[in-house]
Amino acid sequence: MSEIVFNNVKKTFEGRIRVLNGVSLKIEQGESHIILGQSGGGKSVLIKCLLGILDLTEGDITVDGISVKDSRRKKEYMKKFSILFQGNALFDSMTILENVKFAAAQKHKGRKSIINIAKEKLHAVGLNDRVFDLYPAEISGGMQKRAALARAISLEPDVLVFDEPTSGLDPITGGVICNLLKDTVQSLGVTTITITHDLKVAEFLADRVSLLNKGVMVWTGRADDMRDCGNEFVENFYKASNVILRK
Amino acid sequence: MNVLATLGKYSLATVQEVGKISIFSAKGFMSCFSPPFYFKEIRRHMVVVGFYSLPIVALTALFAGMIIALQTYVGFTRFNAEGAVATVVVICIARELGPVFAGLMVTGRVSSAIAAEIGSMKVSDQIDALTTLGVDPFKFLVAPRMIAGMLMVPFLVLIADIIGVMGGFLISTSVLDFSAGSYINQTVQNLEAIDVISGLVKASFFGFCMSAFGCYHGFYSDVGAKGVGNATTSAVVASCIGVLALDYLLTAVFFGK
Repeated sequence: MSEIVFNNVKKTFEGRIRVLNGVSLKIEQGESHIILGQSGGGKSVLIKCLLGILDLTEGDITVDGISVKDSRRKKEYMKKFSILFQGNALFDSMTILENVKFAAAQKHKGRKSIINIAKEKLHAVGLNDRVFDLYPAEISGGMQKRAALARAISLEPDVLVFDEPTSGLDPITGGVICNLLKDTVQSLGVTTITITHDLKVAEFLADRVSLLNKGVMVWTGRADDMRDCGNEFVENFYKASNVILRK
Repeated sequence: MNVLATLGKYSLATVQEVGKISIFSAKGFMSCFSPPFYFKEIRRHMVVVGFYSLPIVALTALFAGMIIALQTYVGFTRFNAEGAVATVVVICIARELGPVFAGLMVTGRVSSAIAAEIGSMKVSDQIDALTTLGVDPFKFLVAPRMIAGMLMVPFLVLIADIIGVMGGFLISTSVLDFSAGSYINQTVQNLEAIDVISGLVKASFFGFCMSAFGCYHGFYSDVGAKGVGNATTSAVVASCIGVLALDYLLTAVFFGK
């Protein structure tokens, strides 16, 4: 479990396109934190900054006191994370089992032990032996999401990051995946950050929620308080989610 | 003034691009010699570059040998020098046509495939996934392709040399009425080690060049199908130019005055 602190994080692209405009946030150890916001609001950029994939323009992010900017401790910093990407990001050239084995091999030693860990994680997310030798393109989106989750947890991280975990899935599969994520997080007891624009997902998974709009955190609080928080952006978000499309 | 400004802008952009490619290639080359080594990936790419390119390279070399034999015979008859056909065929194939044709054919096949594969990986976050797993994308994606290119293109060129000479032999003995024994004799007597070695060294450079350009354009491809398509085209064009430029430079090094 890890404590994560975002301190006045700013990110600008090509010197002029400002995506993050001073994000400050503290995520407690073992907390399930949701970052909610509209598409294009800066959620994915914030996560890429957290993971050290993008460099910060200003500010700092620390995990258990280790700064993302500390190049000497970069490996130690990176090892704390594991991410479930929006599009799963499974390696096309590897089978499902090889994908998980490849991740497990970064953390564990010994061929047999790595195979056993990979199989155990795949079973834990509800995938059976029949899909082990299939390639990602040969299985459904829901199964890909499970395989990607198995890959993420095989690293045994301190912080799990879920990027739009239900996007592209039908409501039934999305619900199944949400339950699976909740069970996984509870069984591992790790700090979790989920980015989503889905209020139902947010309310289901969150201990606390932060709302990101145009690169600024507009509200942070407990998930139960979100509906009555009095914040205009939050209210608009709720209203928008109840809009019924005209025929 | 506007023309000068535009010219300056493009010149700076070109210099910047050359610098980026050079740094990328140097970083990729260095990563070939430091652990971890992904042997499974290296083996996979050696099969892709070497084995699957064999038919097209063999066919190209066969026709190249046949054409040189025929053209040399027609041209040399004018000076009563048709006896030199075997020598010209073997030197041309070993020094130039074997490496360059094989290099260009493999570039067309492999460089585009590398750019498309890595470009698609970038678009679908697979490269970011590698980074978050603590795997250096240079060691996992670039180094195996560079190693495969540097090892397998010389192998292909060696095969192309043999098949090209066989093509010349086939035409010379079956169409041009050369005796098989004297043709083989002349080929063996006039072929020097440097002819073959220079071709193989060139091939190794070509292998490095095409994988470096393929990887570079894949890594820096724009998002979307159009971006990956453009990266593929750029990789092939840049690699072909690179192969021809390297061919001139290495020829000057080996055989220049």
